[in-house]
Amino acid sequence: MKEANIPAPATTGGDNIFIGTLDKLISWARSTSPWYFQFGLACCAIEMMATAASRHDLERIGMMPRSSPRQADVMIVSGTVTLKMATRIERLYDQMAEPKYVISMGSCATSGGPYWQHGYHVLKGVDQIVPVDVYIPGCPPRPESLLEGLLKLQEKIRNEKPLSGKK
Amino acid sequence: MTAAEIKSLISGKFAGIIREDGEDPNPFIVIDSGRWATLARWMKAEKKLLLDSLHCVTGYDPGAEQALEVRYNLFSMTHRHWLEIRIAVDREEPQVPSVEKIWRTADWQEREIYDMYGIRFIGHRDLRRILLEDDWEGWPLRKDYVTPRTYRGMTVPKDKR
Ligand code: SF4
Repeated sequence: MKEANIPAPATTGGDNIFIGTLDKLISWARSTSPWYFQFGLACCAIEMMATAASRHDLERIGMMPRSSPRQADVMIVSGTVTLKMATRIERLYDQMAEPKYVISMGSCATSGGPYWQHGYHVLKGVDQIVPVDVYIPGCPPRPESLLEGLLKLQEKIRNEKPLSGKK
Repeated sequence: MTAAEIKSLISGKFAGIIREDGEDPNPFIVIDSGRWATLARWMKAEKKLLLDSLHCVTGYDPGAEQALEVRYNLFSMTHRHWLEIRIAVDREEPQVPSVEKIWRTADWQEREIYDMYGIRFIGHRDLRRILLEDDWEGWPLRKDYVTPRTYRGMTVPKDKR
């Protein structure tokens, strides 16, 4: 082994050294790359797509869509949760790896929206089946609102302490 | 062809089949379900009618204790005339002959009517629910439908009392 040839970290220049608790480092890394699960349920999904597209550009805050629940950290429930879909959402949520977060986007996902009274087939709040981290009001929420909600989620993740276990 | 000509052509071939007729706003005839499949096959093939396009199939519940209804909106691409067929269906045992083999577009439309009103289309090759889950109970678009309190352990109504 030619270990002697590898320069010690201190000699590479102060700029590249970070000092902090591992807790902070991990939650900083997580909060700046929460990949979201790419699936849309109803009209709100159009707004989510607009948020991901070039004008608002989700990738500039580190979020990119993943088509598999195994690779996703965040589930954006974007739209009406019918009872038929609710069964699937529950399963998809179970397939996501920890740590995982859920965003309830729009009034449908939050409380049934326009279907709150006569929607015999609509679940009145996705929080009945999965734990929700951030609720975003609106029908549909504008991309700005979704961005605000996602930044709130990043803030929440940044304040977590994954190693010491405190939330 | 005018509506009157179409109707006389039909009653000439199938005596006594038209129980009622009118315009609402397109010409319609009310018939029994018994000879529907034969009439349908003939109307599509008959040179003077050529009703080859089935635009829409509709289920209809007029409310309390009345018979359900199925309506077919037919159009001829060649002759550019319209005809609406109405068939009353018993509420307790709703059955109509399927025309899915005659106009292929009736396939999913009949399945949707079955899904929403519970009307059975006899002879349909794949009569399953199309929108709701297979284990759903009841027929949601019937006037006497009662929204379930729970479905697979999930509370359905908004007020969770
Ligand atoms: S909240 Fe409004 S925009 Fe969003 S899915 Fe429901 S009806 Fe559509």
